Formats: sequence, C-alpha cells, structure tokens
Amino acid sequence: MNWRGNLLRFCDVAGLPILEPFVRLAAGEDKREQCIGIAKFILLPIVAVSVFLLLWAGAASTVVTDSAKLPSPQATWAAGKQLIAMHYDQRAADKAAKQEKLTEAVQLLAESNAYTAAAAKETGQTKTLLENKSLTLKKRAVTAANFTPSSAPTFIDQIWTSVKTVFFGFFLATIVAVPVGVLCGMSPWFNAAMTPFIQIFKPVSPLAWLPLAFIVIMWYYAGYSSGETFFNKAFLISASTVCLCSLWPTLVNTTLGVASVDKDFINVADVLRLSWWQRLTKIILPASLPLMFAGMRISLGVGWMVLIAADMLAQNPGLGKFVWDEFQNGSELTYARIAFSVIVIGMIGLVLDRIMIFFRNLVSFGNPSPV
Amino acid sequence: MLFRVPGFCLESQSVPLISTESEATSRSESAGTRQTANSKKTAGFAWKKAITATNKFALLGCIALASAFTGCSDSGVSLEDLEAAAAKVDISKIEVDVDPTESAAMLDLEKSDLTFGFIKLTDCAPLVIAKEMGYFDDEGLNVTLETQSNWKILLDNVINGQLDGAHMLAGQPIGATIGVGTKSPIVTAYSLDYNGNGITVSNEVWAQMQENDPDLKSPTPKHPISAASLKPIVDDYLQDAGEPFPMGMVFPVSTHNYEIRYWLAASGIHPGMYTESDIKGFTDAQVKLSTVPPPQMPQNLEADIVKGYCVGEPWNQKAVVTGIGVPVTTNYDIWKNNPEKVFGVTEEWAKKHPQTHLAVIKALIRAGKWLDATDDSGKLVNREEAVEILSRKDYVGAEKEVIGNSMMGTFVFQSTDVREMPDFNVFFKHEASYPHYSDAIWFLTQMRRWGQITESKPASWYAETAKKIYKPEIYRQAAELLISEGKLDPNEIPAPDYDGYRAVTTEFIDGNKYDAKDPIGYINSFEIGNKDDESLAKK
Repeated sequence: MNWRGNLLRFCDVAGLPILEPFVRLAAGEDKREQCIGIAKFILLPIVAVSVFLLLWAGAASTVVTDSAKLPSPQATWAAGKQLIAMHYDQRAADKAAKQEKLTEAVQLLAESNAYTAAAAKETGQTKTLLENKSLTLKKRAVTAANFTPSSAPTFIDQIWTSVKTVFFGFFLATIVAVPVGVLCGMSPWFNAAMTPFIQIFKPVSPLAWLPLAFIVIMWYYAGYSSGETFFNKAFLISASTVCLCSLWPTLVNTTLGVASVDKDFINVADVLRLSWWQRLTKIILPASLPLMFAGMRISLGVGWMVLIAADMLAQNPGLGKFVWDEFQNGSELTYARIAFSVIVIGMIGLVLDRIMIFFRNLVSFGNPSPV
Repeated sequence: MLFRVPGFCLESQSVPLISTESEATSRSESAGTRQTANSKKTAGFAWKKAITATNKFALLGCIALASAFTGCSDSGVSLEDLEAAAAKVDISKIEVDVDPTESAAMLDLEKSDLTFGFIKLTDCAPLVIAKEMGYFDDEGLNVTLETQSNWKILLDNVINGQLDGAHMLAGQPIGATIGVGTKSPIVTAYSLDYNGNGITVSNEVWAQMQENDPDLKSPTPKHPISAASLKPIVDDYLQDAGEPFPMGMVFPVSTHNYEIRYWLAASGIHPGMYTESDIKGFTDAQVKLSTVPPPQMPQNLEADIVKGYCVGEPWNQKAVVTGIGVPVTTNYDIWKNNPEKVFGVTEEWAKKHPQTHLAVIKALIRAGKWLDATDDSGKLVNREEAVEILSRKDYVGAEKEVIGNSMMGTFVFQSTDVREMPDFNVFFKHEASYPHYSDAIWFLTQMRRWGQITESKPASWYAETAKKIYKPEIYRQAAELLISEGKLDPNEIPAPDYDGYRAVTTEFIDGNKYDAKDPIGYINSFEIGNKDDESLAKK
C-alpha cells in the first residue's frame, strides 16, 4: 500500500505543495505539524488575498477622476459574470442562427430545384435565365449551409484564441530553439558562430519585431484575401511574435544544459565507444532535459506576457484586443471588465507555468523524491 | 460543371439538418453511418485547402499541429444531405417567376463571407444597422464587423486584404489614391453620413475664452462660436511656452483635420502647413495639431496633453457629460451638411467583386434610409433603437445617454445649453448617402490648401481625380435595384441627369463661396494657405 508515497510524489511533481499536508494528515502523520502546513499554505494566502481585496475596495472609492473610476472588487466580479453570461447568450443565438440558415439552405435548394424543373419545360432565352436563377439559388443554398456565425468574438472566444496562439508560437520556438541549442552546447565552434545573434537579438523586445513580422506574413499571403487562407494572418503575426520572444530562454538554457552535462557521463560514453547519435540520445539529451524544460518554462511565461501586448498593438484577436477594445469603449463598465481580464490573464499565466513545472519535474530524475 | 462546393466544411456540431418533421426519424437512423463517411470527406477537403493556401509554409512542417487548431470539426453536413432534404420539400408550391427580368434577378455574389472594419464612432451606424437589421442577410451576405484601433491600422488592413471594406474617413480613399500617406487606390460608392463632428476645448481654455469674449458667459451663447476668442490664448501660449498651442485631430487626411484648420484659420490662427519635408504639418504653426485616435481624445484632454480637439461623436458628448471639456462648435456650423465618412474598398476589390459590391451598397442604402426614417411630425423614429444597438460593447460601447445625445437630434454644449440639432447626424436625407464628386473635390482643395498636395494642379485634375475615387454609378445601380424591388422611392435619390456636383454654397462659418467647378479659385480665396496660379483654373 503505497498510496501515500504516490500521492506525495504527485504533489511534488505537479508543483502542488498545498495538497501535501492533507495527504500526510490522511496518512495519520503528526497532526500539529500538518496543521502548521495548512496554515502556511492555505490560511495565510487567504488572509493575504482578503487584505488585498480590502485595500482594493478602499482604493476603488478614492481613485476617481472626472471620466472614470477604479472598479471595485464587486463590480469586477459582476462584470466577469456578465461577460461569461454574454458568451453563452451569444452561443445560443449563433446556434439558432445556424439552424435557421440550414433551414433556409434547404428551402433555397428546393427553390433551385423548382427553377430547374421549370427551365426544363422552357426553351431559348427564358430557359437560360431560369437556369441561371437556379444556379444562383443553388450557390446561395451552399453559402447558407456553409454559414459560420459572424458575431463578434466573446470574452471566452478571445481567451481560446490567445491560448492557441501562445501554444502555437511556443511550439514553433521550441522546434527551432532545441536543436539549435543542442548543437550550440555540443560544438563550441557552432556556439561561437551563433553567439552574436543570440547576444544581439535576445534583449530586443519582440514588439519591436512586430512590424517586420507583419511585412513577412503579408508578403507570404499577398494575393490571398481574408478567409481564403488556412491560417489567419493576424493569428500568424501574433504567433510569430510569441515565437521570436520565446526562442531565447529555451535556446540559452538548452545550450547550458548540453554544455554542462556531467564529465563522468561523457567519460562513460567514451569508454563504451558510443556513436554520435547514441551519445546524443542516451546521454546528452536525458541529462540536459531538466535545464531545457526550465528554459521552456520561462519561454512560455514570456510568450504569454508578450502575446497580450502584441494583440494590443497589432489589433490581433485575443485577450489583448479585448482589453484594448474595452478601453476604447470608455463606458462605465469598461474598467471593471478590464480588471476582470487582468485577473483572468494572470490565472492563465499561472496555469501555463504549472504545466511547465509539471513537465520539468517529470523529467528531472535524480531530484529528491518523497520517502 | 460551373457549380463548385468550396471546401464544404461545416461546424454544425449537434445541429441536425431538419426541414420537415416527417423526415426527422429517418434521418436520425441513418445519421450515424452517414456522419462517419462524411467526416472523412470534409476532413479531406479541409486538408486540400490547407495545402494550397499554405504551400509556402509547408517547409516549416507545422501544418499538422495547426490543422488540429483550425481544421474542421468532425461532424459535417454534406451536399448530399442537403439535396436529400431539399428533395423532400414540395416544390410544386414554389412560385417560379417564369420571366425573371434582369433587375429582379438575384445578384450572383462572388463572395458572401465579408469582414468590414470600423472605428468606434456613431457614424459607423449604417454598417452596424445593415448587419443587425438583417439587410446584409437579405442580400445573402454574411458580414463580420471588426473594430480597429485607429485609422492607420484600418486603412492598412483594407489595403492588405484582411478587411474587405471599411468605415473610412472621407479623406482616406482620396489621400490613399493620390498618395498622401499610404498610397493604394481606394474607391467609394457610398457616403455614410454628413456632419457629426464637434470641436471641444478643456474647461480651462473655455473659461479663458469667456474672459476674452464676455458674450460667451451667457448660459446659451450665440452660435456659431468662432475661434476669435481663442486667438489671444493661442498667442499668449506661443509667447509663454515658446511652442504652438497643442490640439488634437484624428488623422492627417480626416475631415476633422480640415475642419479644425478651417475654423482656426477663419479667425486668423495659423494651424501649420504641410511641406515635402514636414509631413506632420507643423510649419509656421500657431496651433500644433497632433493625431490622437478618437476614443482616446477625452483621456488626452483630461491629461492636458491636448487643450482641445476636433472629433466625431460620441467623444465630444463624452467630454461634456463627464465634465472634462466644453464643445464650442460643431462641424454643422463650420460647413452645413459637410461630407464625413464613406464606405471604402480597394479599387481591386471593387473590380473583382462587382456584384458583391452592389449587394453591400444595397444593404447600406436601406440602413441609411432606416436611420433617417421620420414620422409625419418629422421626428426620427428609429434612432432610439439605433442608439441601443450602437451602445453594445462590440460596437461603439459608450453609454446609451452619451451616444443618444447627438443621435437623437440634440447636442449638449454645456449643462445649461442643450440645443436641438436635428441635422447633426445625417445618414440619408439631403442625398447624404450619394457619393457626390463635389465632396471629393472639397477634400482635394483642402489638401492643396494645407500643402499635403505639394504641387499645383490644373482644375481638370480635380474633376478627374474625383471621378477615379467616387463611384456614383455603382450607387445608382444599387438604388435602381432597390427601386425595382419596391424598397426605395425614385425621388429619394438624385435625378438621373444629376452630374454629381452639389449646388454652389456659402454655408460656411466664414461665408466663403464653394464652387466645386472652380477648385483653383476656391483655393485662392483663402487668406491662410497655399495659392495656385490663376491660369490653372482654365486647364
């Protein structure tokens, strides 16, 4: 019966020390010590958050300008609930519209059939006219069946767009950064060649790249109009901005991880006369994974932060655009909605970070594991 | 076969395809097997589409991942499903119009899914109304409206094809076509509205203006208010601070820029000239006009970055309602019924999608008509509903009261001074939606006056350029289709022999006469601004 050990290991790998005291308590360990643990990990944060909320509420009633005021926690919460309700209302409306369009499509197709039937009875110009009308109707039927609701994206839609974009950009960055980083770590010559690029481009804010990324994407997609392309242009622009900024932490950490593989491991490889490929897959990669993942964790965090700013600047769909549009609205609800999205952005950042910690811990064998 | 199904790919999820009750049961039985077969088919389509569109990206080897994100959902409704359902509809009852005349025929749309851009201003109303009232839908168009953060991004997105068309400043298609700023030919066949702008100054400046002109202290001062009382303030500021008085406008080729310049110059304040080396227009300026996106105007005024601005609604009303500024005049007083926004598309788009363009203009004409509909007493009947729609967060987003102020035909200058201005927002009456050549020429004359057009041009150039950008023939065609459908009255559009030039007018704040047929004479009639050689007037 090692449920306790398994659970503790899970808490450790998943980076959830909050749960640890509960597991130990259930296993019947020292109660006093566990209560202190609970107080530290749960009660204290709750108190801190409450104090913060109180301060926030206090600030909300003082920070008032002529045209706007800081939203209170209650207003923010209400705005959040409303945003979510709006999403479901919109979905229901879209679904109804879709259903209506399908019915319309059937009707149009039936009309088209009627015209075809009528055309068969006619000759000459009338026939051509009727056939044309039938064709137009048929085309409209297909359009109606293919209908995708054109309502503005809701808050939840924007969250998904942002999450998708950040993962796509991160994925692109990783498939570029990891091989390059491994090569840099393994070959001092290659590293020397890459150093100027890494040193110069690493500190550049990706937002400075944005206009350049914009031109490249536009060049690729010249001649295609919206809807014709598989990727949305705006999506690609945001994703490439994320990619450009999340490249560097992974690259640098991978290089470091590969370069600092324990000499003993390398000696073993020499003794066993491993081939280059075996050396890479059996020794170097496994040994450098923890640092690699540490780099990827930073990358994802940076990517998320930059994405919001890039959305704002380039007006690409996503949470950044949501915040900016709200700012432009300038109504009373505006600031409460912005405050709510700030919290949501933070929460998502937290979840992304936890996911990467989980992966890092998963590959970090040799870490002190629970008894 | 002419008829193709473009990437037939539906995200219907749980929406069943049902046309009659009787077939519901039979469908649900066969649905399981059909769905599987179809899903393979639709996935194939999507994949093929992906490859053609992204062949340049294939090298990156990232399509596999992305297709999971953007690809089709599993369930789809195929053309066969549709045909089967349609076959069950009793077609004998459908009335077939055996003699479909040309005009009554349905437009054969080149493209039905469209995206239009707009800026959060009340004069985007025709686009919003055409969508919300289903006028686009009636034409078979599925339109997405996307807000843009500023006019530059909006124009860029139209030029690069991300947007099919947009709510544009009247000067934008003109500026873009002749190359003031970004150069790329844009055309317009629909004018969205007349008037709708105001000039607002900060409370502090207003107090000083009242000092200079005691008449302004009255709770309801006499209108129009000229910039004469502002002149001493500007002069003092220039002397004390050593730099020009800061004010805001929204875009270098915007109506607002020309209006605030007109207003200032009419009282002898120099707003600065554009030259080949000074594309910001600060040369000789007593007032420095900087570009600020409309929704940010009130915040900039509150932060004292600008001391006054010219902007469209609701951003003047926002300032007065929140008490951070005072609107001193409107563009209705600067020039009665001046052109304001247009619906612009690229020349290329218009060439590639003539039928779609017609359908869009048809829907917009109906929207404009709806917005300006009045009852027998002359009251605007639909504006309240329009205000409600515009105040939604995905459109203008400001409070109903703020948007309502100007849209309902009243304008708040001060809390003590609320005036009836029934013509503040004109969308359709006075032939406001027709693209008049003379309106385009007015912008061209102002661009020349302020030096955005750096060289002298002959009078004929003005007329030709206007013809290149303004497309009344498309408007007329769309209007005639509507007339034949009984949705428009022939006397609601200009007479067939109308040449596109509005009557010569002197309804300007300085009483200057504008005759679009004599652009050179008009340019030379101003005290401040470029002058051209008289001989060009005859060329």
